[in-house]
Amino acid sequence: MSDTHAQSVAYVRDTAIPQSPAPANASGPVKWMRDNLFATWANALLTVAAIYVVYLILSNTLPWIFGGLWNTASLAECREVLQGKSAACFSVLTDRWDQLIFGYSYPAEYYWRPTVAFLIMFVAIAPVLFFDLPRKLLIVTALFPFIAYWLIWGGTIWTPIFALLGVVVGYMVYARLVTGSFAKGFFGGIAAALVVWFIAGYIVPAIAPQEPLLASVPSRDLGGFMLNLMLGLTCVSLSLPIGIALALGRQSSMPLIKWICVIFIEFIRGVPLITLLFVASVMLAYFFPPESTVDLFLRVVIMITMFSSAYIAEVVRGGLAALPKGQYEAADSLGLDYAQAMRLIILPQALKISIPGIVNIAVGLFKDTTLVSVISMFDLVGMIRGPILASTEWNGVYWELLGFAAALFFVVCYGISQYSQWLERRLATDHR
Amino acid sequence: MSTTTDPQGGSFRLSMLLNDTRYRSMTLQVIAAIILALSLAYLYSNLAANLRAAGLNISFAFLGTPAGYDINQTLIEYDSQSSNLRAAMVGILNTLLVAVLACITATVFGVVAGVLRLSNNWLVRKLMAFYVEIFRNIPVLIWIVIIFTIMIAVMPGPRAFRGDNATSSMLFDLFAFTNRGVYAPGPYFTRGIGGADGSIINWLLVIATLVGSFFVTRKVTERANHVQAETGVRPNTLWTNLAIWFVPIIILMLILGLAWEIPELKGFNFAGGLKIGGPLIALWFALSIYTGAFIAENVRAGIQAVSKGQTEAASALGLRPNRTMSLVVLPQALRVIIPPLISQYLNITKNSSLAIAVGYADITATLGGITLNQTGRAIECVLLLMLFYLVISLIISSVMNVYNNAMKLKER
Repeated sequence: MSDTHAQSVAYVRDTAIPQSPAPANASGPVKWMRDNLFATWANALLTVAAIYVVYLILSNTLPWIFGGLWNTASLAECREVLQGKSAACFSVLTDRWDQLIFGYSYPAEYYWRPTVAFLIMFVAIAPVLFFDLPRKLLIVTALFPFIAYWLIWGGTIWTPIFALLGVVVGYMVYARLVTGSFAKGFFGGIAAALVVWFIAGYIVPAIAPQEPLLASVPSRDLGGFMLNLMLGLTCVSLSLPIGIALALGRQSSMPLIKWICVIFIEFIRGVPLITLLFVASVMLAYFFPPESTVDLFLRVVIMITMFSSAYIAEVVRGGLAALPKGQYEAADSLGLDYAQAMRLIILPQALKISIPGIVNIAVGLFKDTTLVSVISMFDLVGMIRGPILASTEWNGVYWELLGFAAALFFVVCYGISQYSQWLERRLATDHR
Repeated sequence: MSTTTDPQGGSFRLSMLLNDTRYRSMTLQVIAAIILALSLAYLYSNLAANLRAAGLNISFAFLGTPAGYDINQTLIEYDSQSSNLRAAMVGILNTLLVAVLACITATVFGVVAGVLRLSNNWLVRKLMAFYVEIFRNIPVLIWIVIIFTIMIAVMPGPRAFRGDNATSSMLFDLFAFTNRGVYAPGPYFTRGIGGADGSIINWLLVIATLVGSFFVTRKVTERANHVQAETGVRPNTLWTNLAIWFVPIIILMLILGLAWEIPELKGFNFAGGLKIGGPLIALWFALSIYTGAFIAENVRAGIQAVSKGQTEAASALGLRPNRTMSLVVLPQALRVIIPPLISQYLNITKNSSLAIAVGYADITATLGGITLNQTGRAIECVLLLMLFYLVISLIISSVMNVYNNAMKLKER
């Protein structure tokens, strides 16, 4: 036979050519830079401008930070060592560290007490934040407020013990009565706790030792970043239950209760926190019984708690409203009463929806604790603006101090917001 | 024989107050009312007893007495002999001034940063994320203090402008940037109503003219739309509109005799012209850059909330990208952006009360600060302060509701 077939049929390849790598300018870092930095002319210009901005910032701050001095006694000495060079004088931080953290009148020999409370705080907060941890740790959480109070304020140990006793008795009464109805248990528990505390008011002064184990420290001696942390933690944890109650009250079908909640929320949300702090510092004392003296810390806690609970109430209301109506109807059809439906079906879902909002409020509240410096409490910002910058040694070191305060707040607030994003992902039950 | 299950009418037992849902809510509300009344009465009796013990009474007479202190930045005439009420008015105007200024600049910062956060340029995206995180996570009070410190530490003092070999000079001989504030040429009317000093009527006339121009241009645009709908050809309105905007205001300026007062170095400080004080600038800038970070997030969320299908549908219809943006994406994004934006405006207004930290004379610093301390009228001052902020918030939120109702999706 001839080879016609070989002549007429084009060459057909029967194996695939091995894949060759993409050209250098269409892969790897080159491609990434082309896509993300130099996609168009305008984009390239923007990139160059951005690089210049970054360069400006870094070239000014990095030498300043890394050339910083950490161990001089005063700003004058700092300037002498630097001899006109532009560098930070971080010595103020090492020199006044205690004041920045604890304020200037907390007794130095007791610094270990708030420090221990601070360390226990991590153990106490862990099981709340990470619910994979053993539930037994919640006991530490429950005991933490009493331990921390005793450590920081000192005084007789019987005060926190009786306070704890009141809570325990209240819980036992609640656990007994709640089988009947939730309302009975709830109000019975509160009444029992109040009775215990009322009695304790007579017992504690009688049995308090003359020389308590931990010397007592008055509230006005608290200060520094410790004050910010204490106000933030106390007010957020107190305002969460109050905020939920207000949100439920606002959704209530009972007009009187609904309107009380609406007026409270709208009033608080309509005024700035500073005016509420003015109320705490100059006005609130008029509303307490004439012979009583309620100290400024407690008054500020009351006002900040009211403030943040109004905001949390609105966030939770959003969560309640976002819940499909079917969930409410399902709860009804199961024959649950109001308290059961709320506890078992509605609130867990509504709170999950409101996590981002609640965390926003918490972060905002923690930042707002700096405002107490306006009513001359010496928190971190108050310490910096007041005693430290006014002292002869450190008059003029604005950047180091303010930068330190900013960095401290940034670390805490950014940490909280990252946690909330993790929690959202963790709790996401919808499968998309 | 069947037994009836209906409750027998008329037989009311006491336990029904708690166990019957028809009566239970009544019972609870009565209890709540009693508790509320009792606690209010308790607070009021405490207040009365405390006031009696301190020898005080509630009276607003202090508002009429001379304030006795000076305010460095005022929009209306004020001296230390003016009444406390006048000082409060100065404070109110100052609060509104800084709030309005900060709202405008915060929107600009926020929109720019929010749009750039969605840029496809990686570096710009990261820079904007950095800006947003830094400003959102540090207290605004610290920002205000930092920016006030920059104002004082970086800007030259008025002394630097003096002498033959001055270290600083005025920009175009018109603007002076000093650590006490910025001095700029101030407009005034030589032939204005009420003499060369001029009364506020002149400025009201200017505003009225601008508002008039606004309405006339809107009419022109409506007419153009109408003509386009009828004939399909849109008449060119650009030149008409420009004329309507500029001709009346220029004529008015010529009639009133507009002139500029240039700031001059006199003695230890600049005099004449407009003075924008350091505290105002610090507060204004800090509030706008701080709130701008929050607005940026709102803007980003708003744009991302518009589903991609909308853009694709618009492209499928043959719309060009910029028309897609202005006709399809933005109108839908604005519906998501505007409500949080307005609550950010509310936040700016409330945060402007931090003026007290840098010594800007807003309402909190005058009425709630110096007046309160001088007269000792704590309750009255704080109540008036709260009332002012409440009124502002109510106004802003009612505007928001009107807008929301106008913009919300019209559904069945």
